[in-house]
Amino acid sequence: MATPAAPAGGARNGAGPEWGGFEENIQGGGSAVIDMENMDDTSGSSFEDMGELHQRLREEEVDADAAAAEEEDGEFLGMKGFKGQLSRQVADQMWQAGKRQASRAFSLYANIDILRPYFDVEPAQVRSRLLESMIPIKMVNFPQKIAGELYGPLMLVFTLVAILLHGMKTSDTIIREGTLMGTAIGTCFGYWLGVSSFIYFLAYLCNAQITMLQMLALLGYGLFGHCIVLFVTYNIHLHALFYLFWLLVGGLSTLRMVAVLVSRTVGPTQRLLLCGTLATLHMLFLLYLHFAYHKVVEGILDTLEGPNIPPMQRVPRDIPAVLPAARLPTTALNATAKAVAVTLQSH
Amino acid sequence: MAEAAESPGDPGTATPRPLFAGLSDISISQDIPVEGEITIPMRSRIREFDSSTLNESVQNTIMRDLKAVGKKFMHVLYPRKSNTLLRDWDLWGPLILCVTLALMLQRGSVDSEKDGGPQFAEVFVIVWFGAVTITLNSKLLGGNISFFQSLCVLGYCILPLTVAMLVCRLVLLAEPGPINFMVRLFVVIVMFAWSIVASTAFLADSQPPNRKALAVYPVFLFYFVISWMILTFTPQ
Repeated sequence: MATPAAPAGGARNGAGPEWGGFEENIQGGGSAVIDMENMDDTSGSSFEDMGELHQRLREEEVDADAAAAEEEDGEFLGMKGFKGQLSRQVADQMWQAGKRQASRAFSLYANIDILRPYFDVEPAQVRSRLLESMIPIKMVNFPQKIAGELYGPLMLVFTLVAILLHGMKTSDTIIREGTLMGTAIGTCFGYWLGVSSFIYFLAYLCNAQITMLQMLALLGYGLFGHCIVLFVTYNIHLHALFYLFWLLVGGLSTLRMVAVLVSRTVGPTQRLLLCGTLATLHMLFLLYLHFAYHKVVEGILDTLEGPNIPPMQRVPRDIPAVLPAARLPTTALNATAKAVAVTLQSH
Repeated sequence: MAEAAESPGDPGTATPRPLFAGLSDISISQDIPVEGEITIPMRSRIREFDSSTLNESVQNTIMRDLKAVGKKFMHVLYPRKSNTLLRDWDLWGPLILCVTLALMLQRGSVDSEKDGGPQFAEVFVIVWFGAVTITLNSKLLGGNISFFQSLCVLGYCILPLTVAMLVCRLVLLAEPGPINFMVRLFVVIVMFAWSIVASTAFLADSQPPNRKALAVYPVFLFYFVISWMILTFTPQ
């Protein structure tokens, strides 16, 4: 309500000026209509506004009566009037604070425009950058250009999340503390943002010429290799194939990132530190994604025999040709399963 | 009571007297009318509108909203280039669809063994945060669609996938097997394609023409994740 302090101030004076003071605050321009639009109340219903107005008028009346009745007891009156005024002031301050917070949140929305230039890409550009992320460059003598955009990396991270979910579902991964989706999102975004920040920090220590945005973009596009490898190997469960892809595709994208970083760093020690760290983290992440979220053997065995059989009696059986998840010749699948099971059992 | 009731009751009597003046010395007698015409200035005409829908019966309100939601469902099921979803957007339809989908996708298990299935909160969060992310992305790419319009379209286009979920649940009542899986796979793929076509028909016009693919890809991912959750759902 508009300036409740003033009527409260008037409450102590008497009946006449009290209403006058209230009236000039409410009416504003001197019109006889109470313009509800100007009242800072979001109750949305004129009945509620009226009800509150009514309530407040009655409170004023009560206060006025109390003031008139207990005029001799000045101190007591002061307390009572003060409490009424205090509560109104507190309500007013709370309203102001809420309004300030809301307007700050609103201006945060306007800050979306800060990100706008990073999304200014064409599909052809995204396509060419995706392909280039797999091609390591030879020239490391002058700094290579890194496109500072966020659309491609963001979409690649989401794609990785989707592929990870697919892998976790097909292998019946059991997540104890959390959900599948939360784990996938947390892993992918955590890697992208966390490792980018870490490498940016190392780059700062090693005097490399790279900004945070460029690092985010570089690492994001480096996840393209991960997406390819995981997409293929979550569907074709051959470990040899995975290792081959890990080295080839993962290695290519890592080499590209390393080459770009080398071209922007001076000094052999710094280059070694920076690029070694990035290469290690990138390759190990791919390894982790494959093995932590994709239990091949146990998934297959559980599908066949159910979880009731104690582990001692598990033997890998021939996978029937009608298994829905199998899109491959079953002989290869059987051979892998048997080989891996034998390896596991021998440990 | 009577004195206080008088002044809030007629805000627009257009008297030159200041309001609430002389309040304390009014007493209602038989010949002072307590009802009459209220002249409302232009500004508050909007209030009149609101109070007219406020005073109607609850059944009218619900039926009107349900009819609007149903009309939009029809637009999603038979997608043509029309503006209905965009012009008067509402979020009731997406809420109903999301809650239905989340309820159907929920496993009844409270045990921690097979706890990998999506729970209600997970599906809810995925749908709404996915829609928010896609909206932000399309706005950042230069689209001229408002935030809630985009949320509305994305939410309504979950309808085919909800239908797919219903069909899958019915199919799962039959005996499990590869044919069962094939039927479900086929239904989910068809509905997934339908969702994408429907949402593209509504959203594509708001993007700059050469960037439609960039805006459609996250929509594809979003519906892919939901389809995947539907396809891999197995009741306990």
